[in-house]
Amino acid sequence: MKHDRWLPYYLIAPSLLFMGAFFLYPFIQIFAEAFTSSDGNVGLANFTRIYQDFNFWPSLKNTLLLTGVVVPLQLVLAIGMALMVTRMNKGRDSILYIWTIPLGISDLAAGIIWLAILEQFGFLNSFLSAVSVIDAPASWLNYQNAFALFLAVVVAEIWRGTAIVLVILVSGMGLIPKEYDEAGQVFGASYWQRLWKITLPMLRPSIQSALILRTLLALEVFAVVMMLGGSDMPVLMSETFDWQFLYQQTGAAAAYAVLIMLISVVITGFYIKFLNVPKEAR
Amino acid sequence: MKSSSSEAVMPSSLSSRASASLADSSSQLAQTAHKPRRNDMAWRWLFRAGVSILVLWVLVPIALLMLNSVSTPEQITGWPKTLTPALSFETLDFFWHYQGVISALGNSLLAAVFTMVIAIVLGAPAGYALARFVFPGMNAYRMIIILSRAFPMPLLALPLAVIFIQVGIDDSILGLAMVHATLALPFAVLITSSLFMGIPVELEEAAWLMGCNRWQAFRRVVLPLAAPGITASAVFAFVISWNEVFASAILTVENRTLTAFLVQSLSESPAEIKYAGGLILVVPALLFLFAIRKYLFSMWGISNR
Repeated sequence: MKHDRWLPYYLIAPSLLFMGAFFLYPFIQIFAEAFTSSDGNVGLANFTRIYQDFNFWPSLKNTLLLTGVVVPLQLVLAIGMALMVTRMNKGRDSILYIWTIPLGISDLAAGIIWLAILEQFGFLNSFLSAVSVIDAPASWLNYQNAFALFLAVVVAEIWRGTAIVLVILVSGMGLIPKEYDEAGQVFGASYWQRLWKITLPMLRPSIQSALILRTLLALEVFAVVMMLGGSDMPVLMSETFDWQFLYQQTGAAAAYAVLIMLISVVITGFYIKFLNVPKEAR
Repeated sequence: MKSSSSEAVMPSSLSSRASASLADSSSQLAQTAHKPRRNDMAWRWLFRAGVSILVLWVLVPIALLMLNSVSTPEQITGWPKTLTPALSFETLDFFWHYQGVISALGNSLLAAVFTMVIAIVLGAPAGYALARFVFPGMNAYRMIIILSRAFPMPLLALPLAVIFIQVGIDDSILGLAMVHATLALPFAVLITSSLFMGIPVELEEAAWLMGCNRWQAFRRVVLPLAAPGITASAVFAFVISWNEVFASAILTVENRTLTAFLVQSLSESPAEIKYAGGLILVVPALLFLFAIRKYLFSMWGISNR
């Protein structure tokens, strides 16, 4: 069929045009907005504005700290869960389904779920008072208890975001030929030796993509923090939202957006460089 | 037919059969490696305890949210909480009649349906092209699609808010659906492409030999086989839009979706609205994900490399 040569291009053209219009164009536009001040001058005015705002450093610090704490914990937890999954036979599918449930839960809903548990009159305090650890309902989720609030967000984020890492790792483990592990057993390697010398190195490509994806999502943390901390715990995304929605300063919001993208690019580059996956393992 | 198509989307040997045989062989080898029996038992119990704790870790918080939404508003704000509330639909009823909830729910549904349609109509042909053809530029296209999954798409709502005002679709569900579709489209392309790859090209060729043209062969042979998987990716697109918060809260003001409603009225709405709203957000997503659970791995797995 002669027209076949062009057919694939006709088939991908609609999606390319759509992504061009709603991805590429706004992507360029966001830089234009960030580097144009409200009086029309090109420059860094928007960046100095957000930099001088008192919430800038706290939001940057909170976001990076949250990412730095949450992502490694999620990776370790997900590796453990994935290893458990590979050793299951009966009930494997149901347990895997339950463990991936949070994947379908919106970050907003996850925030609400943990609010029900951790708020002042919530289930955690009720439990603590029932076992006489506390006398009166304590309020954890405010700026006076910055550490408790941070911990609450960490717990909610781990609850919500580990599933995606798990799914990527479980499908990555499925790609490792089982002959390697069997060979290790034949040569008398213990379970831990096989884990460190065979499974984890073979899993490196999956670990890399899970880390990249999960880190970028962690940098975008928004609704969970809004629900649990409100304005008591600023993060980059909530600042972006406030500048755009509350203060109606689109230039400053765009500057935050550019900052988030910049951090994302730097961290992705870091992962690609330092978790270098050898060509033959891809 | 159904089982063959599901095997096809999961070539990453995720089929439970493969893993069961792996477990068999490893347990046989473990026995030959003379391990003390008692130690084995202890490990097995530890393993079960770990699995159970992690199952509870996922399920209990959801159960507590459900518990809250079938409590009365007095119990929600009351102290201390009990695990046995007076079963009441007062909270859900209050939520239902709260100003703006019904229209927010309708808007969320509408945005999700638009997103679903855009993602499938644009994504499935591209998925077919990736599965059936080898063409210059194919790898570049694939890379764009894979990388865009990691891009913070919701941020693009910021410039789009301005552009939509100029075009005249500001504060509209259609405009929001466009942003959600940029989130969902990459997934639709990747899922459908792995789906079409799993359908033998010989079936199509046989149809051509019998006088079908390309489109007829696709419609009569490939489409019926791919339908369940295409439905699954449509459902996934729906869930992406249904759950999205940031772009919704930026782009919809009067015509807001449920997530935008909950975020924007965070400070003024009473606690019961949050919990009932949380429940309404969670339940459809859970049902839908249950329906497409076996496709989850093809979405995130294969497409990684």
